[in-house]
Amino acid sequence: MTEHSETPALRLEGIVKTFPGVRALDGVDLEVRAGEVHALLGENGAGKSTLMKVLAGMHQPNEGRIILEGREVRMANPMDAKAQGVVLIHQELSLCDGLSVAENVYLGELPHTKWGFVDWSTLHARTDEILKKLNCNFDARTRVSDLSIARQQMVEIARALTVDAKVVVFDEPTASLTDAEKVVLFDVIKDLRARGVGIVYISHRMDEIFSLSDRLSVLRDGSYRGTKVTAETDEDEVTRMMIGRSLTHEKNTDTVEPGAVALEVRGLSCGKLFRDVSFEVRRGEVVGFYGLVGAGRTEIAETLFGLRTPTAGTILLDGEEVRISGPLDAISRGISLVPESRKEQGLVLGMSCRDNMTLPQIGDLTTGPFVSNGAEIAIYDQYRDRLDIRSPSWRQAVGNLSGGNQQKIVIGKWLAMKPQVLIVDEPTRGIDVGAKGEIHKLIRTLASQGYAVIVISSEMPEVLHVSDRVIAMYSGEVIRSFGVGEVTEDSLVQAISGIRPDRAA
Amino acid sequence: MATLKQNAALRWLTENPIWGFVVLIFVFFSLSNEFFFDMNNFQNILVQTSTIGLIALGMTLVMINGNIDLSVGAVVALAASLMVDIQSWDAFSGWGNWQMLPALIAALGVGTALGALNGIIVWKTGVDAFIVTLGAMLGVRGLVFVYTKEQSFFAMNFTFSDLGMSTVGPVPSLAVLFLIATVLVHILLSRTVHGRNTYAVGGNREAAVNAGIRVGPHMVVNFMIVGFMAALAGVTLSSQMGAATPNLGRDYELWVITAVVLGGTKLTGGAGSIIGTFGGVLAIGILRNGMNLMQVPAFYVLVILGSILIAVLILDKQLTRKGVEALKT
Amino acid sequence: MASARLKGIGSLLARQGILIAFALFLLGFAAFSDSFSDADNLMQVVRQSAIIGVIAIGVTVVVISGNLDLSVGSMLSFATVMVVDLHDKIGPVPAIAVMLVAVLVLGCINGFLVGVLKLNSLIVTLGMLSAIQGLTLIYSGGQNVDIADQEATWFSLIGRGSFLGIALPIWIFGTLAIFMHVVMSTTAFGRRVYAVGGNPTASVFSGIRRTHVVFAAYMISALCVGIAALILGSRVGGSQNNVGQGYELQVLAGVILGGTSLLGGSGTILKTVIGVLILGFIQNGLLLLGFAYYVQWLVTWVVIILAVWLDIAAKRGRLLSPIA
Repeated sequence: MTEHSETPALRLEGIVKTFPGVRALDGVDLEVRAGEVHALLGENGAGKSTLMKVLAGMHQPNEGRIILEGREVRMANPMDAKAQGVVLIHQELSLCDGLSVAENVYLGELPHTKWGFVDWSTLHARTDEILKKLNCNFDARTRVSDLSIARQQMVEIARALTVDAKVVVFDEPTASLTDAEKVVLFDVIKDLRARGVGIVYISHRMDEIFSLSDRLSVLRDGSYRGTKVTAETDEDEVTRMMIGRSLTHEKNTDTVEPGAVALEVRGLSCGKLFRDVSFEVRRGEVVGFYGLVGAGRTEIAETLFGLRTPTAGTILLDGEEVRISGPLDAISRGISLVPESRKEQGLVLGMSCRDNMTLPQIGDLTTGPFVSNGAEIAIYDQYRDRLDIRSPSWRQAVGNLSGGNQQKIVIGKWLAMKPQVLIVDEPTRGIDVGAKGEIHKLIRTLASQGYAVIVISSEMPEVLHVSDRVIAMYSGEVIRSFGVGEVTEDSLVQAISGIRPDRAA
Repeated sequence: MATLKQNAALRWLTENPIWGFVVLIFVFFSLSNEFFFDMNNFQNILVQTSTIGLIALGMTLVMINGNIDLSVGAVVALAASLMVDIQSWDAFSGWGNWQMLPALIAALGVGTALGALNGIIVWKTGVDAFIVTLGAMLGVRGLVFVYTKEQSFFAMNFTFSDLGMSTVGPVPSLAVLFLIATVLVHILLSRTVHGRNTYAVGGNREAAVNAGIRVGPHMVVNFMIVGFMAALAGVTLSSQMGAATPNLGRDYELWVITAVVLGGTKLTGGAGSIIGTFGGVLAIGILRNGMNLMQVPAFYVLVILGSILIAVLILDKQLTRKGVEALKT
Repeated sequence: MASARLKGIGSLLARQGILIAFALFLLGFAAFSDSFSDADNLMQVVRQSAIIGVIAIGVTVVVISGNLDLSVGSMLSFATVMVVDLHDKIGPVPAIAVMLVAVLVLGCINGFLVGVLKLNSLIVTLGMLSAIQGLTLIYSGGQNVDIADQEATWFSLIGRGSFLGIALPIWIFGTLAIFMHVVMSTTAFGRRVYAVGGNPTASVFSGIRRTHVVFAAYMISALCVGIAALILGSRVGGSQNNVGQGYELQVLAGVILGGTSLLGGSGTILKTVIGVLILGFIQNGLLLLGFAYYVQWLVTWVVIILAVWLDIAAKRGRLLSPIA
């Protein structure tokens, strides 16, 4: 570990990547040594994924050099990158369900005989060997559709080991793993490191980064913010590098005295998704739901919005017990949901800004049988001004707007419904930092106007910044509820890892 | 160990529910009709379904790819017309029975070429295969009419029509041809690199591209295979009839797609098998044959077939349902 | 600069490609055929396109909602056989009423299977195509049907009569087209159909009852088939069991040619009307130039693929697909 070779395994110099209207990477440098775990940090949208896609040949950089073991190289496509020893392990699984583990591991390069027949014995032998290295307790013949997500992730990793890898990039590998599976993964990573492979490790989890990495580099808004030796820095410094400020000043301070309880949930369950969840939200209050992906937060929101049928428990609106039969019912009771996935759930991308914004209330905007153009434009204009939406015209298709403006259209759409309870799921995912601040401010303003607001987020700074109270979830259960005064980063991290206060310390 | 084997059998059946259905109707017709359970009748079923069966083999590959080919019925007619017409050309009159060879080559060649054309258009233009082959379905039928000038052709050489009736040992040649083709395509799909890539391309195209599989040429090959199979079906059909009519093969695309979907191939691609398709083809064959023997008018078969197709879809939906936890969208 | 201008022309070509190609076709026909540009002939073409056009209006609604309806052809056979057969048995008005109810029941089935059970519309309507074909044969026992005294019934006027010098089928087609165009472009229902086709999930998240919208689309499609069957049955005064065979393709060709994407969420009724008329004029022009009727199929093949290709190429900004 101390003896680094002279030439690093990989060096990126001044990488620039632009997309129409966006400078996603602005002169990024990165150096990964052979036999080190190099963590790459940055907020969502900071450019980590773009950088790795450039490295893996999925994007071509506009400027800059990629130097692999001292030679400047060009990655024409993912195959080319892999052949040169750079392997990207995707955050989203890229496996074929219908094929076996072995076929997925050797996808595109199945060993075969002269006549094009698959050489099964070689294929299975080689794959089993790799799986053994990874301590996987399934074999090469297993069909991928029969594996859990975590095991599918191991298959993804196994792919990296089919070549003589020089650099392996892990993009958020633990997002869907259990603790036991994480231990196996970390062993694999350490094993690779011991064999002299350079590892780039992308993650949001500070604990993982500090226990695993040798050095770390930080990206912010597409530019390089520096590299530190992990042992010589701390979370606070890293956070400052990532978000440009220190976290401790970021807590929400302007709490207003909350009003009456708008929404109360008692013992709500939905199958295995979440169990026995109870909480209440008052008018003028922002309640933040914090937890890992898959902790059941989004599912609670969807249940409140009538998209899922609860298997137990009660929902009370203004003290009255209600059964919410569907989104239409939820809307008529004054519940609005800004969904998690803007493009899949929030917007009809081919439709105009105005039409998207008025969609939930289109049936009420009629004069006679026709939709009233004037009423629609009035609503659009009102929320365009209020949310500062930048679009050339209401006729513009929403798909052509930037992520931030798209998100504001979705928020505007639901504010226009004048809800009693506003649920916002990952309000700033994939949005640039400037727009993020605006949306945070907006959420605070809404609360101060008397809305009861629920914010679901995977970003701790966001939750701390906007919430009056934070509810921490782990694996479908509420672990703890914090007032804004008592919450600390440590306790929050413990809670979302499933450690209850009575058991901790 | 026994339960393990039982589980494997059960699992096989849940993956190929069509075989359960095949057994069911087989038993039903065997019990309810004295003429059904008979070696000669079984051979009849194979011969009767061989035309649709051959095309269905090729269609399975195309559909696992996530594409579809609606032009197969028209290709059947074109190949049949070429086969019957060319063998009677004066140029080959001195060739004896060998005059069938250039006709066969022309018929199969044109079918394969039309498949390649469909595939290349899908590849290069990016237009959905449904639209491309919908166009070809009309266009190729137009070619048939241009070529035949709306005339039917009759085979002058009786050897040709005898071939359709011939047997290999006790088994009809067409049944043998269909079975051999089934085995070959099964091996292609389950054992070769091309076959395994067929699943990859249909199941996760982006992953396939990233893994360096050349998706475009790959799809063209499968379109060529289905074109070849449709042409082969046209040849066998014309030899059974000793003739070719320009309207031959109408609605075949419906029968073929029905057989393939019955066999468990997903329209979205990535899943399916020849064993399933074979079951689907047999199901249609047994139904038609059995109801014919029971003297049910042919049009009831249409209703039953349509209903089964939809029932399979409903069943599939129920099997993959997530239960109470599901998102209600 | 030159390349920018070229790009401009290219995108114009791509966007209006169908209309330009259509204009060229018309000019060509007009130049080479004396009778093509004749007013009578042009009216004739529109009248002949009316049946396909009326069905295409309904199918366009289904396609905008993100689904397909391949059962319209055999539904047309069914409806025509039924209305013609019942005409002499129970009189024209009851016959029409019974036929429309029957067709709506079929639409209900389609709507239930695709809208409520959310099954794949291609396969469902393919199955319905086959099933309805069988139903028609069962109903008629395989016999052709006809109206005995076609001169004596007002029913014959629907397909053969005219009003203000314009044939009634054209009136029906035109009125229905304008009505549905207004419904689709100015009512809340129309907006919901576009939303469901554009993004079904987002529609549900916006409180739209997707089930109802898709169901309604299939009902509209079925109703349009019923109206088309009135025109067809009245014009012919009789019907074969397979009279509608292949109509689903002609209809779909018209819809696609008009520029309505099969992916759903885009397109308009008027575009479909244009698409159907283009097909009609190509067919007519080729016939007048002395080509056999089947030559139009070859031309349709090329035209459909070119139309969709240009549309896609304009959207992705390059002619060829990027697939390796």
